[in-house]
Amino acid sequence: MNLDLSPAERSFRDQVRDFLDRNLSPDIRRAQDLTTTVFTEYDVVQAWHRILYRQGWVAPNWPREHGGTGWSVAERYIWQVESSRAGAPMVSPIGLAMVGPVLIQFGTPAQKDAFLPRILSGDDYWCQGFSEPGAGSDLASLRTKATLDGDDYVVDGSKIWTTHAHYANWMIALVRTDDSGRKQEGITCLLIDMKSPGISVRPILTIGGDHEVNQVFLDEVRVPLANRVGEAGQGWSVAKYLLEFERGVVASAKLRSALTHVVALAEGKAGGLPPVIDEPGIAARIAETGIDIDALEMLELKTNWALRTGQNPGAMASILKLRASQLQQAVSALELEVLGDRALRWEAHRPLYDLAAAPGGEDDIRPAASRFLNNRANTIFGGASEIQKGIIAKAILGL
Amino acid sequence: MDLSYSEEQLMLRDSAERFLGAEYGFAARQKIAASPQGWSEAIWRQFAELGWLALPLPESAGGLGGGAVELGLLMEAFGKALVVEPYLATVVLGAGAVAALGDTAQQAAILPAVAEGHMRLALAHGETSSRDDSLAIAAVAHRQGAGWRLEGHKTNVLGAAAADHLVVSARIGGGTGLFLVPAGQPGMTIAPYPILDGSRAGDVTLAGVALGGEALLGGAEDAAPAISALIDRAVIALASDTLGALTVLLDSTVDYSKTRVQFGQPIGRFQALQHRMAEMAVLREEAGAIALFAMMSADGPPAARARAASAAKVKIGRAARIIAEQGIQIHGGMGVTDELNIGAYFKRVLTFELLFGSFDHHLRRYAALARRSGFIGDSLVAA
Repeated sequence: MNLDLSPAERSFRDQVRDFLDRNLSPDIRRAQDLTTTVFTEYDVVQAWHRILYRQGWVAPNWPREHGGTGWSVAERYIWQVESSRAGAPMVSPIGLAMVGPVLIQFGTPAQKDAFLPRILSGDDYWCQGFSEPGAGSDLASLRTKATLDGDDYVVDGSKIWTTHAHYANWMIALVRTDDSGRKQEGITCLLIDMKSPGISVRPILTIGGDHEVNQVFLDEVRVPLANRVGEAGQGWSVAKYLLEFERGVVASAKLRSALTHVVALAEGKAGGLPPVIDEPGIAARIAETGIDIDALEMLELKTNWALRTGQNPGAMASILKLRASQLQQAVSALELEVLGDRALRWEAHRPLYDLAAAPGGEDDIRPAASRFLNNRANTIFGGASEIQKGIIAKAILGL
Repeated sequence: MDLSYSEEQLMLRDSAERFLGAEYGFAARQKIAASPQGWSEAIWRQFAELGWLALPLPESAGGLGGGAVELGLLMEAFGKALVVEPYLATVVLGAGAVAALGDTAQQAAILPAVAEGHMRLALAHGETSSRDDSLAIAAVAHRQGAGWRLEGHKTNVLGAAAADHLVVSARIGGGTGLFLVPAGQPGMTIAPYPILDGSRAGDVTLAGVALGGEALLGGAEDAAPAISALIDRAVIALASDTLGALTVLLDSTVDYSKTRVQFGQPIGRFQALQHRMAEMAVLREEAGAIALFAMMSADGPPAARARAASAAKVKIGRAARIIAEQGIQIHGGMGVTDELNIGAYFKRVLTFELLFGSFDHHLRRYAALARRSGFIGDSLVAA
């Protein structure tokens, strides 16, 4: 048992570092540093996506025959660690980490041929239509209705918290096709062309001042039957599979970059502030957070290692999500504490990287308050903390 | 990178749990802890037969050459069973000191006897003034002819009265040495007492203890780094012991919540308690993860070892405290009585918390190490 890289893993890491050195431009890096939202801005993400696509590295989690990299679990781990460390943006996970794996598992040959290459290339940009105004934590109570009419479903209803719906040209949606039985059994998964007549997108501004999420209205939107994933009524299984596919994400790597930035601010090496690192409270909280990240990373490593032998992490995914989201909030709270009143000045323009570089380290400070505010969502989306605790109580403790 | 236990490691874990499950139930354990000497010679002999006393000792001196992972698995089983025998004192601290610094003759005189179960040891290092700074000691060794004369006072010496030899730290000029002192050596007195978890410690007074030149381990007058390493390894071993204890605390609490009925249903059905126990389960997973990290770092470079020891102390110590307190809370009035085992586990994890430096001390140390080496941004793997 050890955490050492083998010679082959070490040379893979060097290859990754070399690639990142050569391809991650200062502009992309700066845009990522100034990001205040969960997803990085569309332009930036797509620019990076295309670079990865050209390299053949855009879909490490896909099987090789569909355009995956064929990397081992350790190599995929190293890739995520090095990307975060270098300050690379996260490519949008909706197409690559959700729709792709779902189509590989449940899709028809025609769906695979039509969509997988365009997800890989970045020609299609996907959003996810799951939550509704009346269906958040209780997702299965969703009511957006799809009625079969000839060879089309006709969809009526509304989706909410739809990240980047204003950029996306496709949506993977859960809709209700049956009201009669258990509510989970009447749900169906559809792929919806966002240019279809009857779709309108209303921006929702977050408390951090960003337009990242939307409400999407669907008014008699016609969706060809050919765009149904799996059988009618199989949508709940599809959704569960899709959400499970998010496992294997290394949240600790991004957290390390974020805490490194806080340390630089505290040491006076960024932001042009006097050092506060010698205040005992600050140093102790940095250490505390560092130790929490160590624990999270070890859990992520253990979980990834188990994936290698085909073990299902099960409720471990809930533990990782719960802790990662709490730590993201803790790190951005620590950032505010280090900055003190310097974090007060509010810049309303978005995206921040549009603005010319500010003098005197202001760029290092600008995203802090907005990021802190937007991060409140981390313990809510993707299964709120209370939902995760419910899963842990049931699946791990048998309560 | 390899995160799987080997076959041998899994066998060790199974045999430890099987033996302790059969021979070291809670009632038997309480009886041993309440006996005059506070540990069982019969159990000790069985530890020797099972090879546990030889486990981490070097093969060159009759040991099995096991690493920190093997030791951690055994300690976790000890924590589950609340073992009170002076294993940490003898094998990890005492024999660890001899293995680290002793010359061939010293190792040959001590380590095989420890491995066979004929000799127990203790590390007499801490003093009333030393608190967190584990190297600040006042005991002093004066040169006397070709030998030494020790003066000083040691406190909280784990396993002091059970030890046949004590390994005593003392200043030598500006340096520090570790001295091998036979129990009963004139000038050395031991005042034993039970400590919180039911095991035994003692105060050791050194009033003109005369020793030959061969008493100084390895002739080393710069033992401070070795002492730091010993204490870090002890913290890491105890962290695994605490992981075992907190696992029992969580499991007993969850079981209790499924059977205790109030307001017409098991209290484990109440969401407030479910969420609290879920939080405790997360803490257990984190504690297990950090214990793993610490075991893998224990035999590595000093800075990595120190970082992992401090992380383990803080993360596992705090997790254990929360799980223990909430365990008692969820057990209600019964949790505060001495009729259940839960109080004994609480005392066990509290003992870990109070030994070898406070949480604050370890946070400061982690912060200082992080600042010096800048490891915050580095993956545990790439390090």
